[in-house]
Amino acid sequence: MNALILLIYNAVLNGAPLMYGTMGEVLTEKSGNLNLGVEGMMYMGGAIGLGAAFYYEKMAGAAASGPVAVVLAILFAFAAGAFGALIYSWITISLRANQNVTGLALSIFGTGVGQFIGEYMRVQEGGFVAISNGLKTFFQNSPFPASVRGIPVLGQLLFSYNIFVYIAIIIALLMARFLNKSRAGLHLRAVGESPATADAAGIDISKYKYLATVIGGGISAIGGMVYIMTIAGCVWNHDGLAGEGWLAVALVIFCLWKPVGAVFGAVLFGALMIMYVRVQIPMVPDQLYKILPYIVTVLVLIAVSLRRKRENEPPASLGLSYFREDR
Amino acid sequence: MHNEKQPLFHLARRDEMPKSKVWMIRAASFLAALLIGAALFAVLGKNPMEAYATIVTGSLAKPSALRQTVKIAVPLLGTSLALAPCFGMRYWNIGAEGQITAGALAATYFALHFGKTWSHPVILIVMAAAACLFGGIWAAIPAFFKARYNTNETLFTLMMNYIIIGVVRWLQGGPWEGKPGSQIIPMFPDNAMLPKVFGVHCGWIIIILLTVFMYFYLTKMKQGYEIAVIGDSVNTARYAGMNVGHIVIRTVFLSGAICGLVGYLVTCGANGTLYDSVAAGVGFTAITVAWLAQLNPFAMIAISLMLAVLSKGAGTLQTRMEVPSSVSDILTGVILFSMLACEFFINYKIILRGHQNDGPRGFDPVPPKGAKPADDGRTEGKEG
Amino acid sequence: MGSAHAIEFRNISKYFGRKVANENISFSMDGGMILSLLGENGSGKTTLMNMLAGIYYPDEGEILINGSPVQIRSPKDAFSYNIGMVHQHFKLVDLFTAAENIALGEHGKLDRAAISARIREISGRYGFIIDPDKKVYEMSVSEKQTVEIVKVLYRGADVLILDEPTAVLTPQEIGHLFTVLRAMKADGKSIIIITHKLNEVMEISDEVAVLNHGRFIGKVRTCDTNPQKLTEMMVGHKVALEIRRPLPVDPRPRIVIDDLTVRNHEGVNKAHHISFTAYSGEILGIAGIAGSGQKELLEAIAGLQVITSGSIKYLPEGKKPMELVGKSPMQIRDAGISLAFVPEDRLGMGLVGSMGMSGNMLLRTWKRGKGLFVDEKISRDLAEKIRNELDVSTPDVMYPVRRLSGGNVQKVLVGREIASAPSVLLSAYAVRGLDINTSYTIYNLMTEQKEKGVAVLYVGEDLDVLLELCDRIVVLCDGHVSGIVDARTTDKNEIGLLMTSIGGQPKNGETTSAEGGKEKADA
Repeated sequence: MNALILLIYNAVLNGAPLMYGTMGEVLTEKSGNLNLGVEGMMYMGGAIGLGAAFYYEKMAGAAASGPVAVVLAILFAFAAGAFGALIYSWITISLRANQNVTGLALSIFGTGVGQFIGEYMRVQEGGFVAISNGLKTFFQNSPFPASVRGIPVLGQLLFSYNIFVYIAIIIALLMARFLNKSRAGLHLRAVGESPATADAAGIDISKYKYLATVIGGGISAIGGMVYIMTIAGCVWNHDGLAGEGWLAVALVIFCLWKPVGAVFGAVLFGALMIMYVRVQIPMVPDQLYKILPYIVTVLVLIAVSLRRKRENEPPASLGLSYFREDR
Repeated sequence: MHNEKQPLFHLARRDEMPKSKVWMIRAASFLAALLIGAALFAVLGKNPMEAYATIVTGSLAKPSALRQTVKIAVPLLGTSLALAPCFGMRYWNIGAEGQITAGALAATYFALHFGKTWSHPVILIVMAAAACLFGGIWAAIPAFFKARYNTNETLFTLMMNYIIIGVVRWLQGGPWEGKPGSQIIPMFPDNAMLPKVFGVHCGWIIIILLTVFMYFYLTKMKQGYEIAVIGDSVNTARYAGMNVGHIVIRTVFLSGAICGLVGYLVTCGANGTLYDSVAAGVGFTAITVAWLAQLNPFAMIAISLMLAVLSKGAGTLQTRMEVPSSVSDILTGVILFSMLACEFFINYKIILRGHQNDGPRGFDPVPPKGAKPADDGRTEGKEG
Repeated sequence: MGSAHAIEFRNISKYFGRKVANENISFSMDGGMILSLLGENGSGKTTLMNMLAGIYYPDEGEILINGSPVQIRSPKDAFSYNIGMVHQHFKLVDLFTAAENIALGEHGKLDRAAISARIREISGRYGFIIDPDKKVYEMSVSEKQTVEIVKVLYRGADVLILDEPTAVLTPQEIGHLFTVLRAMKADGKSIIIITHKLNEVMEISDEVAVLNHGRFIGKVRTCDTNPQKLTEMMVGHKVALEIRRPLPVDPRPRIVIDDLTVRNHEGVNKAHHISFTAYSGEILGIAGIAGSGQKELLEAIAGLQVITSGSIKYLPEGKKPMELVGKSPMQIRDAGISLAFVPEDRLGMGLVGSMGMSGNMLLRTWKRGKGLFVDEKISRDLAEKIRNELDVSTPDVMYPVRRLSGGNVQKVLVGREIASAPSVLLSAYAVRGLDINTSYTIYNLMTEQKEKGVAVLYVGEDLDVLLELCDRIVVLCDGHVSGIVDARTTDKNEIGLLMTSIGGQPKNGETTSAEGGKEKADA
């Protein structure tokens, strides 16, 4: 029982960055844009989010406030991802270039920017960029008081996570509501399903695509920051994110383009990633455990393609550019 | 309530543009990318001219540097060539990274186990064959599901990368580990290393031959024709009696086999061992190279060399001017962005307010209806 | 409204690359009437209306609404002038319900109950039958069209543009549509119908505006004109609208289809228990509402479909019959059966759009010859031959066929197929989108093939043409053969009834569509 709770607890923590990465890409793909640059945007978000917290603390010194650092890290990470997504949007939406290639270019560019900033900070600051332990707690500890966290079973299961987990769940619920219940959500889905129809209905295609992609990119990038500030221990290391962004792209399929599904999918993937610590099977080495999430994604991909259901398919115009005067 | 003015501009698709103008636009956008890069250097407080000069001299001036540059260009060009037939079919093989790794893994198996006992030519040929075979099989798995169940290949191939890289990590720390605890696979014996020609492993000759082959394969051969038809329309291919599934699997196998060969060249030509990041992002960069070259093998040579210059030059930049070498990724990204963006000005024209269309020219006075403008309706990355 | 016209076009021009779509078009229409915009396929009718609906923006000229010049830069602008268009290719989101589609593009809170109520109010007023909660992908063609029209009315349009609204409907459905249109006119709406069918023009419209090759020819009151005069305006010269139809000479069974059931790619049976025989030296017409199994039937014969059960026998001259079921197109060809197929989707199935004529000739011969290389010489020679014989207008045989006009595209396709000296010629909607002259070229080519002893299967949508061109007509309804009639003795009414009823009996239920009854028939 205890082991199970611990597994779930760790799975949620490990999945938190993925929740953001995936939800951002869900929003992007709903507009018909397949942005393969998630990894790049998460790198940018990670490096710049860390930088924001670090330099804030450096400037404020002992007066640095934890909540301010958290908010700054979120805002800067969001802005970094949104900037990357804006480049992608301009090239694919306004200039109608191929989405796959542009996304890959963003991936290369964003990884470069992230590494560059991380390295640059390291060199400038004499080899080590990390925030103080006092500030770290605001990033890594639960926002709930000890009394709530202390409730048997439920306390650890529900209230012991860092703030980013709860923010992710709120974003997921809001996004689901937006997509399914609001007029703008209906319009966004129409843009992703059939831009020509949406256009003929007087919907501003470019506006929806830009907004969804840029906001989606921002959300994804927060995931990079969350990874660096929680899992990686608030330090920039050279290997950075280790493929989290690509996993997020995969998760979008796994969750069938549903934001709430993204949260559960991320937890499942989080569990797969740490399972080797908790559930040792003799003969199967750790490293092979670590490829489980990818194998599971492949299996889901195959399963989805085997039983085709209209409602489970990707947005119909995913990956295509739209030009009104094309006939 | 309404702005009664004419819109500022509107867009129209362009029919054709003279070749010279096309290349002018591309050259201009390349320059624009370099200017953005220059601005970046300026912001960092470095002299942009000096930085670019360092990149160029650092990668080309000395024979040793030039060799390094060629060494970087070889896998990039090889992988771009490998991807060309896939992209010709509109099959989005994002898995070159993994296919390179798979090839390297297969070659390493033979190098470690038979590298000392078999004769030099035998071991090299067996390693190459194994690399091609395993790279091809690794690529063919997603292709099989694509052909059979129309499974999305973009994401499948992507996942395959991380699976095989995970396997290499396991081998590195487990069965193939050299010194216990080192997490490193031992170096290959010299007997299992490629000979050098002009100081660079002979892989560059293989890749040049491959370039010529790929050109003829895609433009003159029956299989190339099949690929072009499938790339245009799967239904047309079926109509023409082509066994689409068979051709897709065969072509992707070929692509994976060439990637595997690249992995072979990298391990027994350059690195002399296997490690998890043996592909080093080449699989992804090559996708953009192949796309920018519009699948023309000869254009791929130029683009690969250019990116290799950037990559090698950035290393020099780091040691001489203290700019992190990841700047090469940023520059590569900026160049890719601007090259992708400039295609817009080749395919579309912008008609400004007050400037009327210069009217029709040409042969066909009958307005189109069944005829579609170029490249619309292409289902990039989605159709089977 | 005063003396100003409801809508006026002044010197409108629009070009696509080198092609003239509209040139210097000027005319006007008044409110509260039905105008037919008449012209051949490719005469620029749709382009002109797309500019009124904000899909295209004119290169030159201006549009006036109620006397004042306006800029219609987007469909949104068009809505603000109360203009709405029902496009020929429906603009609907398949995954959405009727109500979601209809309310698309509106602002404010999403109140589904209010939307449904207004839809019911509109359908009640004009006599539409519509279920607001039905998903579009479950709808028949005529249901989709209803959604489109209601959508335009819902947005408050006073000017409705309908692009070829009757092309996909049965005679009975057309009758209902016209009743609705008259009701809307009586309600003060202006309606523009794009069409090339003269009988419908005469029946429904008050005025007719005629376009030819992108130019405006004239506008007349319907009561002052007749079909012959309109044809001359439309085509630019007098045409003898007659199709040559010699009697079949020595017809022998060539293709015998017995109890054939065909499954489409989604695994749904689209053709059920079909049996008929196609004879050499005759044109066998196949009629039916769009989507009644025509495509699946032809593709099954060509070896491109999954066949659930039944047989297709090919009877060559003086040889043993051969079974085609279970053979791939390659195996059919290797067995020496020369089967020509002109599919409905020309650029998506019959041709490679990005290649020139030469590359497209290779599509039938690329496998020929030993060795790894294709033989470009043969294909280039054949391309040149077809270009000369059929008068294909192209700069050279390497020029991408996608950029040719619709008529030339079809000439390339038909030319290649006939060049293989077929014994069976399958064709689907061979004249769709073509101008009158090219259409007659195609009819003549079909008849020539028939005279050569070829068994021609002609899937058509224009019943008048089917009645004039074919010897016999197989009528399909919902994937079943509902009748086989002699084209020389039957009439449109009989075929129309057969199209909507299996075995002469009207189907159960109100829906007359093919897709509507799909599940029922499968059950």
